[in-house]
Amino acid sequence: MPQLPRTATWHLPVPDLETSEYWDATAQSRLLIKHCDACGRDFFYPRSHCPRCWSSSTSWKEASGDGVVYTFTIVRQNDLPPFKERLPYVVSIVELAEGVRMTSNVEGCAPEDVRCGMAVRVAFREEQRDEGSVFLPVFRPA
Amino acid sequence: MNKSQGPRSLAAVPRRKVAIAGIAESRFGEVPDATAWQLHQEGAALALADAGVEPSDVDGLFSCGADIMHPLILGEYLGLRPGYVDGTQVGGSSWEFFVHHAVGAIESGLCDVALLNYATTSRSDVKRRIRSSNVAIDARGPAQFESAYGHTVIGRHAMAATRHMYEFGTTSEQLAEIAVQTRFNASHNPLAMYRDPITVADVLASREICSPLHMLDCCIRSDGGGAVVLVAEDRVADLPKKPVWILGAAEATSHHTMSEWEDFTESPAKRSAERAFGMAGVKPDDIDVLQVYDSFTITVLLTLEALGFCAKGEGGAFVEGGRLRLDGSLPTNTDGGGLSSNHPGMRGLFLIIEAARQLRGEAAGRQVEDASVAAVNGTGGWFSSTGTLVLGVD
Repeated sequence: MPQLPRTATWHLPVPDLETSEYWDATAQSRLLIKHCDACGRDFFYPRSHCPRCWSSSTSWKEASGDGVVYTFTIVRQNDLPPFKERLPYVVSIVELAEGVRMTSNVEGCAPEDVRCGMAVRVAFREEQRDEGSVFLPVFRPA
Repeated sequence: MNKSQGPRSLAAVPRRKVAIAGIAESRFGEVPDATAWQLHQEGAALALADAGVEPSDVDGLFSCGADIMHPLILGEYLGLRPGYVDGTQVGGSSWEFFVHHAVGAIESGLCDVALLNYATTSRSDVKRRIRSSNVAIDARGPAQFESAYGHTVIGRHAMAATRHMYEFGTTSEQLAEIAVQTRFNASHNPLAMYRDPITVADVLASREICSPLHMLDCCIRSDGGGAVVLVAEDRVADLPKKPVWILGAAEATSHHTMSEWEDFTESPAKRSAERAFGMAGVKPDDIDVLQVYDSFTITVLLTLEALGFCAKGEGGAFVEGGRLRLDGSLPTNTDGGGLSSNHPGMRGLFLIIEAARQLRGEAAGRQVEDASVAAVNGTGGWFSSTGTLVLGVD
């Protein structure tokens, strides 16, 4: 019979041709978003074309790292590794100052203190795996 | 021999009305002694008998599950070789999408008898430890920007509730009302898994799973399945049961990655309902009985707003006062829904079964008097897809 995963790295990002620059940047504590050179809009998550105008003329842009909590939840139950050991934790949709949104964690305060509209600032959390560390953008109260 | 699989001239086939001819659940709840494939066949056999058609009459098969090429595996298991197949997989609303698609196929003559068929043993599988209660979605492609943050299915829905509370002052008590009223309805369904009445205090006292959702805000996990048979109007005269007409059908799609959802307080059902209600020529006031996906209490609240039963932001006040109960002004999820009756994983099929049962007048013990128009809204993923149907009887 198939078994539940025992390793705790299945959840870690697998960089690809469209995203390796993003993960290279997080390793240097820089948060990148994508900018469309044709219609001038920023977007996230990063892909090779602009999801609004379909231009393939897009470039990376360093985000300020400032944002606000758009919404969130305190996760108190998750039986999958490695999250089971981390409960409770906050998953949030953060709206960056540039106007794009990303999924992340809010850390550095009691989960019960997180609020919609709360100002947060990016930080980078290192996680280990066989191929080397990966650095995840997370957010802390500003 | 299945004659309907032979060549045909589409020009000779006028656009036909489509009716639900057969409905059935398989055994559901806790079914440790059957495979999911068995439950598929069990539901299909009952629904075909209900429709008075033979397996060999089925020329359209609509189904999805966790397997790649699921409709092929199912067709093979059932011993069918349908000439029209649809395996759309958009989560729990897939069944409303299937009806939408089947209407197009049947009315234009591409098939005559469509079988929608579903089953899982997801409750027993967790007990057997061959699946987790949480879904592990890997971290490739767009998921690489989500999976590492421990984003559960419940958490995705909970974030909609958090935002609705922030913008409109909706309360946990109001969300709890939905669970309480659904349980009241379940108490009239002897097959529902959970039938003992609960109170708002019970919901709030149940364990918080992902804030602000408590355990009793969440659907149950069950085994089970069922089937729905759709036929062209020219077969209706032969049906043993009253035909339930598909008056309107539409689908809407939204995000898969959570951060791509523009407005966490608005279900894409706003779009599918507008089109389905428009096609049927009905307004929310015309609906006698309502079946909506209730993966979580917040799913119901956003759906009620999106379907136009109340204004956006007013869902909390709307669900107070027992409106959703069998004896309320908008009887909703009359079988006890996914919150109390059954939820094998992609529950949209059961919404159609219960709506048709009510319109036929066969919902013994929980029958809504004189129900002649029903609305159904399936929600898939995490408010990712919706399918809205309007059903009616002559």
